[in-house]
Amino acid sequence: MSADQIRQVILNILIRIAPDNDLTNLKDEVPFREQMELDSMDFLDIVMEIRKRYRVQIPEEDYTFLNTMASTVGYLLPRLQAATA
Amino acid sequence: MSDPNQRIVITGVGLTSPNGNSLNQFRANLLAGKSGVSKFETRYIGEVLAGVCHFDPLKYQKKKDVRRGTRAGSIAIYCANEAVQDSGLNWAEVSKDRVGVYIGITEHGNVETENEIFEISQFGYDTSVWSHHHNPRTVANNPAGEVTLSLQVTGPHLCLGAACAAGNAGFIHGVQMLRLGEVDLAICGGVSESIHTFGIFASFKSQGALASNTVPEQASRPFDLDRNGIVVAEGGGLVTLERLPSALARGATIYGEIVGHAMNSDATDFVLPDPTRQAQCMRLALSRAGIGAEQIDIVSSHATATEQGDIEESLALREVFGNCPKVAINNTKSFIGHAMGAAGALELLGNVPAFDDHLAHATINLDRLDPRCELPQLVANQPRKMERVEYILNNSFGMLGINSVVIVKRFSGI
Repeated sequence: MSADQIRQVILNILIRIAPDNDLTNLKDEVPFREQMELDSMDFLDIVMEIRKRYRVQIPEEDYTFLNTMASTVGYLLPRLQAATA
Repeated sequence: MSDPNQRIVITGVGLTSPNGNSLNQFRANLLAGKSGVSKFETRYIGEVLAGVCHFDPLKYQKKKDVRRGTRAGSIAIYCANEAVQDSGLNWAEVSKDRVGVYIGITEHGNVETENEIFEISQFGYDTSVWSHHHNPRTVANNPAGEVTLSLQVTGPHLCLGAACAAGNAGFIHGVQMLRLGEVDLAICGGVSESIHTFGIFASFKSQGALASNTVPEQASRPFDLDRNGIVVAEGGGLVTLERLPSALARGATIYGEIVGHAMNSDATDFVLPDPTRQAQCMRLALSRAGIGAEQIDIVSSHATATEQGDIEESLALREVFGNCPKVAINNTKSFIGHAMGAAGALELLGNVPAFDDHLAHATINLDRLDPRCELPQLVANQPRKMERVEYILNNSFGMLGINSVVIVKRFSGI
């Protein structure tokens, strides 16, 4: 998977989790929570969706990497590439 | 009742039923004989017949709230907001810590649990994909709790598990909390999301009590010889209840006064009803209302279109109303199916407009009366014009032998 493809996957998950938000202009370097309604339960939905779709387990200590789109893509790139190889 | 603060009145109504999403629409369809039963696809079983509601959840919820919450929660939020709007209360001015939310439910959590089990089955039963939303969705207070989130109520909330007696139980609890002074406004009644669990259909089918018919609208047939079981329905009916003085002080529209109620238990069987206890429950409610059976104008029967249930309630009705030829006995399930936790609430509320239009809506699909359900007062297939409607008695009974009765009186001033 490419970084762009992973970004699109994350964006699709976010659209599902926050259907009332317009994510057209989501800024990749700004924390998700500053751009959309996202509480801790929503955040866990991101983790769950990745687990379901790619069977990738994200340990709790790594949740900080899912702060922005850029950091999320950077964190997931090697893991999803390994999972989908 | 001498103390006016012990007199509890209905000041707002919100409902969704398979044949209407407002009291006016629901009433019009009850008078027109319009059924809300349709074909419905359910997991594993396939096509069944059900009463399906078509309200717009996004009227009072964001898409995210719908996704995170439950169907029962959405039904409750819709009904509660409709009731509050209908009440004419200035919600911004209401002391939210003095509001109680009391919602009767037949069951809760089956839908969400079935969904999660299905979901993990798609992942080889890996429980790590079991949703973190499962617990807040399945706690027994969920529908009432979702209402407090929606309306920012900070007073007490709870759901009352009372099988199919739950709608009345919600009303009764609201009355009691107002009389005790625990709250100043009660949002109460009953809701059900039951059609979204395959288990309820499968269980009734295994019991030989699930209705089938080539014409969905004719499937729910209480008291009829050709009945063959229950049509499961979803729905909700919630009201705002207030003490009479506060309702009068703000010039509220008063739909009626809850003057009598009773609940009791059969203590005989898991499923089969006991007409002796049902009759006792009706008599206790009449006694608390301070009236005789002959003063009741409309009896909203519980009959579900199961053979034993209909026969036993008929026995109880004969025992209490045998000498009351003028009473009109009707049945709402013949239109919408059995809305479980919402049944008692919807069945009462659909009759309340009779105080103004003096019509008793019918029991439809009553083509061949079962002689064991012979009740000369049954309103068969066409509404009946009444000379007067002063009192309505609403029966709601449920499994494990739970019985509930509510009596509402037309409000005619102090």
